[in-house]
Amino acid sequence: MSDQTFTPKDFKSDQYVRWCPGCGDHALLNSLHKAMAELNITPHNVAVISGIGCSSRLPYYMNTYGFHTIHGRAAAIATGVKVGNPNLSVWQISGDGDALAIGGNHFIHAIRRNVNVNIVLLNNQIYGLTKGQYSPTSPRGFVSKSSPYGTVEDPFCPAELTFGARGRFFGRCVDVDSSASVEVLVASAKHQGASVVEVLQNCVIFNDGSQSLVATKADRAKNAIYLKHGQPMIFGENNELGLMQEGFGLKVVKLGENGITEKDILVHDAHCQDNTLHLKLALMEGPDFPIALGVIRDVEAPSYDACVHAQIEEVKSKKKDRTLEELLMKGEIWEVK
Amino acid sequence: MLLLHNFTKVTRNNPKTNYIIMADEMTIKDLERVVVRFSGDSGDGMQLAGSIFSNLSAVLGNDISTFPDFPAEIRAPQGTLSGVSGFQVHIGAKKVFTPGDKCDVLVAMNPAALKTNVKFLTPQSVIIIDTDTFAKKDLEKAQYTTENPFAELNIHNQVIEAPISSICKESLKDSGLDNKAALRCKNMFALGLVCWLFNRPLEHAMHMLQNKFSKKPSIAEANIKVLTDGYNYGHNTHASVSTYRVEPKENKAKGFYTDINGNLATSYGLVAAAEKAGIPLFLGSYPITPATDILHNLSKLKELGVITVQCEDEISGCCSAIGASFAGCLAATSTSGPGVCLKSEAINLAVIAELPLVVVNVQRGGPSTGLPTKSEQTDLMQAVYGRNGESPLVVIAATSPTNCFDSAYMASKIALEHMTPVILLTDGFIANGSAAWKIPSLKEYPAINPPYVTPEMQEGWKPYQRDLETMVRYWAIPGTEGFQHRLGGLEKDYDTSAISTDASNHQKMTLTRQAKIDYIANCIPEQEVLGDKDDAELLIVGWGGTYGHLYSALETMQKQGKKVALAHFLYINPLPKNTVEILKKYKKVVVAEQNMGQFATLLRAKVPGLNVYQFNRVKGQPFNVLRLVEEFTKIMEEK
Repeated sequence: MSDQTFTPKDFKSDQYVRWCPGCGDHALLNSLHKAMAELNITPHNVAVISGIGCSSRLPYYMNTYGFHTIHGRAAAIATGVKVGNPNLSVWQISGDGDALAIGGNHFIHAIRRNVNVNIVLLNNQIYGLTKGQYSPTSPRGFVSKSSPYGTVEDPFCPAELTFGARGRFFGRCVDVDSSASVEVLVASAKHQGASVVEVLQNCVIFNDGSQSLVATKADRAKNAIYLKHGQPMIFGENNELGLMQEGFGLKVVKLGENGITEKDILVHDAHCQDNTLHLKLALMEGPDFPIALGVIRDVEAPSYDACVHAQIEEVKSKKKDRTLEELLMKGEIWEVK
Repeated sequence: MLLLHNFTKVTRNNPKTNYIIMADEMTIKDLERVVVRFSGDSGDGMQLAGSIFSNLSAVLGNDISTFPDFPAEIRAPQGTLSGVSGFQVHIGAKKVFTPGDKCDVLVAMNPAALKTNVKFLTPQSVIIIDTDTFAKKDLEKAQYTTENPFAELNIHNQVIEAPISSICKESLKDSGLDNKAALRCKNMFALGLVCWLFNRPLEHAMHMLQNKFSKKPSIAEANIKVLTDGYNYGHNTHASVSTYRVEPKENKAKGFYTDINGNLATSYGLVAAAEKAGIPLFLGSYPITPATDILHNLSKLKELGVITVQCEDEISGCCSAIGASFAGCLAATSTSGPGVCLKSEAINLAVIAELPLVVVNVQRGGPSTGLPTKSEQTDLMQAVYGRNGESPLVVIAATSPTNCFDSAYMASKIALEHMTPVILLTDGFIANGSAAWKIPSLKEYPAINPPYVTPEMQEGWKPYQRDLETMVRYWAIPGTEGFQHRLGGLEKDYDTSAISTDASNHQKMTLTRQAKIDYIANCIPEQEVLGDKDDAELLIVGWGGTYGHLYSALETMQKQGKKVALAHFLYINPLPKNTVEILKKYKKVVVAEQNMGQFATLLRAKVPGLNVYQFNRVKGQPFNVLRLVEEFTKIMEEK
């Protein structure tokens, strides 16, 4: 936070944005500028780290500190930036290939350690920069240049992977849905620890229509649910539908039918330690279930970088040596006179 | 060297030890230097016995050089050949440069240790054995085919035999320790015996044991008791063996000393550089033999503000360090050869982003997993050239355990001041070997001044704007107002620092990155030549961790009246400015290295028309000084 007030423009760099016209990355970039303005963080205290891929070009379009690194390693580099200087607001921009294929190991370990980095995962279910191969989030049977007969493998669900790595924050938004995206991005930044925001992103060139269920406001009204902590899970064009628990699963119910009222509908608890229900919500798929958007999970836990520095301070309070020479003189030494 | 004396064969009343040979009279011999090799099962505590012996010798004013030689397995089956662990200590009245080729005293705690260490014996070596471990089943485990191991191995040395296991059990029967725990003190009996043999007072050893087991006083007491038993056993029962003195004869520089191995010295060198530069030290690392101790060492130093992250893999070790460097730390990653393979892509990111980074490669035997616990110099080409694209960086090779401190300090200084990754090559031999080290005063070390941006640069500043003499770009640390910028792995425009694929710009940036590294030759010392530098008939060229052996070979040859010189390189890339001049000055040049000729190849590439001999060994073991002398002499005699 700063005494100065910043506008989205303050976070925009002078570089010409080179993504394809119609790419979802444009919209997300604008949402990110807005989110940072809303958070009122000082541009020079922000570091945006990316790997390789279309979305990883994003740091060049930010008037912050930025580092466009190597394929898959953004999480590892962001970890070093945050632990090296915990005062920075550190953001990681990755695509589905960068974070979940070549960078899968760093992704899960950054989450497990709970490094206070805001991971923005632009998921377009395709490799765009290499011109159209299937990605680890492409659905089974997906036809692409590298799978002309369809893939014979199942995709990752980023939320499931996040929870498997003990993730404490998971949010989801749609690239073109700006106000909801800003809200989720702001919440992810406020979360102290690793946060993952999955952006459902359309690739107009190689995978157009992959997000068709949630592409427009009308689509989202029909096919998505905006989860808000403390609010009942109600959705539908006229807020006529809701989610209830059935056994170990969820079911969609119609309000007013079979005597169901708002009181019977589940209330979203993003802060619940147990992630069972969060996982159920994140795994919902159309057309039978609404796609969950918003902050699905937001649970507090000590962040890695804070703990690393707290431990250093704790040892400093117990051991008084401050220079190497002081330390060495207390070891096994002998004097030659 | 151990002096020859007359031996009389003594047969004792022990049926299984009829091979004991004893000296006939008690004498005390003054020695210049002596090598003791402690060997036993990897669980026998030979490393501890050896390090206490070297430490107490150093305290008495001797110079020391040590080398542990352990198996890859943590606990191989007891008594087997693959489970033998060794620790060699070389103590000298004057300076010693290597842990020694062969040993003057061999402690063999079992038949397997005896068998694997035969190659380190000279006809004069004294052997100490635990007779309790030489039963038939022990011999079988060590794959002997007869019941007389000494005859089978053709050993005719002086042997000091002691039933170490049974004495330990007997001695500690009232201590409250069970047999298993009592037997763990066997190493101290051997140490006590060696201390007697070399007239070493036990006080310092006792002090060290009290410190080591400060939280377990009963264990400390048991170890001290057995140590004393060992000493007394020598005194009481083997009064007819010669004992030896290695009296200090050289005045060391005044000051405080400690015993330090290469990995610890490397760790401290990094700490010292961060302290001098006034920025935090960050280590990103993943455990790998023989480099792991650097991670261990630095993890302990939190009171000095050292940040360590044990990463998920080697790649992350390097990448997190690059992130920390971007954030303004002195960043390092420690590893061995296979880890460098994995880090290569990230190292290149630091090359093109022009960020400071220290990569420590504690070289081991390769290729692939190779010989993890053994030492080689086979990663030189990997360090200099092993990345995609034209990727110049700085390569430094530490020359001895204590030199690791200065080399790590200089690696850090160059990385920070020239905004470049530096690969510091050490090796398993100097990393684990130790020597006495004078605790330095940091006041005497050169300042470290990274090229930080200054407020007046802000107008029109670009991240790849550089000092036109050194070609070093300026460093703006995130958090600095007005200097927000973007770095990346894509080629950048020389003038605007924006992404560029322009052909001539790429040529210009390639030359610029090279010029930046070449300039560093102006900032490092000229190459020194030791020995007969004016009239040598042979110049020995070496680099890195073989310094001690090559210097000892030089000394030996000079004593024989030969005209030889040694140029031992620490700076590999860029090479010192006078390298060509030196290499062209001498009639014959031999490049000796523990690989198939990597430095020789590099020198031939840098010095057109250079004609050099090569001496190459890739055995995972240190050079043998006598063998070096033999080979170099042959080269000198060649017409």
